[in-house]
Amino acid sequence: MREMREEGDVLVFAEQEDGEIHMVSYELIGKGRELADRLGVQLSAVLLGCGIEDGAYELIYRGADSVYLYDHPSLREFDVIRYSRNILSLVRETKPKIFLIGATRIGRTLAPRIAAALRTGLTADCVDLDLDDGNLIQIRPAFSGNIMAQIRTRTRPQMATVRYRVMRMPRRDTSREGRIIRRQVEVIGETGIEVLEKIRADEVNLADAEVIVSGGRGLRRPEDFKLLEELAEVLGGVVGSSRPLVDDGWISKDHQVGFSGNTVKPRVYIACGISGAPQHLFGMRDSDVIIAINKDPSAPIFNVSDYGVVGDLYEVVPILIRKLREELKGRE
Amino acid sequence: MGDQLGIIVLIKQVPDIEKVRFDFETGRLDRSSAEAVINPFDLNALEAAVQIKEAVGATVTAISMGPKAAESALRDAIARGADRGILLTDTRFAGADTLATSYALSSAIRRLSSFDLVICGEKTIDGDTAQVGPEVAEFLGIPHVAYVEEILEADKKRIIVKSRMGRNYYVLALRLPGLITVTKDVNAPRLPTLRDKIRSRRAEITVWDADSLSEVADTRLFGVSGSPTTVARVYAPHAEKRKGMIFRGNPEEAAEKIVGVLKDLRVVG
Ligand SMILES: Cc1cc2nc3c(=O)[nH]c(=O)nc-3n(C[C@H](O)[C@H](O)[C@H](O)COP(=O)(O)OP(=O)(O)OC[C@H]3O[C@@H](n4cnc5c(N)ncnc54)[C@H](O)[C@@H]3O)c2cc1C
Ligand SMILES: Nc1ncnc2c1ncn2[C@@H]1O[C@H](COP(=O)(O)O)[C@@H](O)[C@H]1O
Repeated sequence: MREMREEGDVLVFAEQEDGEIHMVSYELIGKGRELADRLGVQLSAVLLGCGIEDGAYELIYRGADSVYLYDHPSLREFDVIRYSRNILSLVRETKPKIFLIGATRIGRTLAPRIAAALRTGLTADCVDLDLDDGNLIQIRPAFSGNIMAQIRTRTRPQMATVRYRVMRMPRRDTSREGRIIRRQVEVIGETGIEVLEKIRADEVNLADAEVIVSGGRGLRRPEDFKLLEELAEVLGGVVGSSRPLVDDGWISKDHQVGFSGNTVKPRVYIACGISGAPQHLFGMRDSDVIIAINKDPSAPIFNVSDYGVVGDLYEVVPILIRKLREELKGRE
Repeated sequence: MGDQLGIIVLIKQVPDIEKVRFDFETGRLDRSSAEAVINPFDLNALEAAVQIKEAVGATVTAISMGPKAAESALRDAIARGADRGILLTDTRFAGADTLATSYALSSAIRRLSSFDLVICGEKTIDGDTAQVGPEVAEFLGIPHVAYVEEILEADKKRIIVKSRMGRNYYVLALRLPGLITVTKDVNAPRLPTLRDKIRSRRAEITVWDADSLSEVADTRLFGVSGSPTTVARVYAPHAEKRKGMIFRGNPEEAAEKIVGVLKDLRVVG
């Protein structure tokens, strides 16, 4: 196994879909900036797609020093072979020290192929990154969020996928300058994967919501999600759920908060009838303000809450809705 | 094998996470507290293989890397419809991270004379990386599709699958030989019948050690010596200090307080 020691840059994979850059990529630019500054190296991003030059500027505004741009019709749709071959040649040439990728489905499809081809280590689903004597410390959950582990990599690049919504979003500064480096695209014809059809998924976006009202097994019937929807509506938010209700088919999987669902970081998270199991807390622990409504005063959710109401959600939530509506009326 | 598909399913034996006990002080888990089962997502992988076998004909080979005791997982796989099981077991495989695991598994697949389709679970519940599948595909030099939620068609040349990526669903044709990883939405795994369970007890499990792969692999890249990542430390997740203001008693008053909080946060309306 190779052990390289030279000083490389920090590289971030900038994920785009339908021309839009995924927010996790900006979060990685933010974290990458911090790591690069501490190491005294450059921060680069690699962006692949078709007609995506505007995105390259956005990456610079968020903190990248340079962006390697692969702009070509063959890269319009994500294809793991085309993407990995082009990125591999870049990594082999520029030898980054650290290479970060969002732990999205696209990122988790792509990163392992690149890591295997480079015979380097890859740490999945990190929630924090740090440095120790110039080496990357990768912090990730283990055993379904019950414990945290620190991982080190002895090969280069040190590769990690990072969860969405765990890093801070860097400020957008349009006066920042950087270099856009257009790369010659290796055009690969047949890759063995052919898109026959593309269907837009119609789902809630929990990760980006400002207010989330979540329901757990304290709900008695699937229809009772309506009550939470009403509360979410007056607060301009969306409805979330703990896992058991998703497993029972009461609400679709895109609403699930937690270790095996979405990680969320809203301004306000309201947990109704949720006990606060470690796997649920894992997904919402970093919300700005946590409010819990639960009948059981000993429910663990109260330990992580800023405000808690010990009471029956079927009593408390309707009163909340009524009072909030009065509040809105009074303003008109 | 003729026209039949050669399907390989990668299965891992894991502790039953629902039952495992944790020491939250040290962050360690007590493996003896839970029985070992087939990784739940790998049951979906196995079921997918068996359904293809029933539909178009296939030989299903289950491969697992793990301790000797993982033989029981392969026996379980045979009871659930696999035709044979191969166990990679050797202290030289132990302590492998995803790279070394994928390298060993792909070497075992190379040793088999031919295959058309490899099916993995989306992820394991103990490693939880979702990396082994795509890494195996890279080592074998074959294309892969991850997060398959539906299998629409399969024949010797290609498999048509539906996968969810980002904001879209994609219907994709994957040329074989290829690899897919499946989510738990892909099917509902059947339970083995008592007869199949009894039959599987007599089934022979092929056992390979590191040396049996020396013709197709560099054995130094197995196990700890082939693993670039190491776990430096484990600990319990930190709990952020919260205000912890609890309202009890009159729901009307409690609700009033919460409304006040929401107003201060400016999220009303
Ligand atoms: C590998 C793995 C992954 C997992 N991933 C996730 C995940 O992503 N997300 C997740 O949520 N879980 C996940 N879980 C499950 C998790 O361990 C818990 O089982 C789950 O979060 C419990 O959901 P709950 O709080 O809704 O239900 P319960 O634990 O049953 O709690 C219900 C609560 O409602 C309260 N209650 C009852 N009636 C009322 C009422 N009328 N008014 C007010 N309160 C009431 C009760 O006091 C209780 O506290 C995972 C588990 C495993 C093993
Ligand atoms: N030790 C192993 N033996 C066999 N298959 C494995 C092993 N580890 C992982 N896999 C396969 O790879 C998938 C992803 O595992 P992971 O990368 O650990 O999340 C699993 O669902 C299995 O199909």
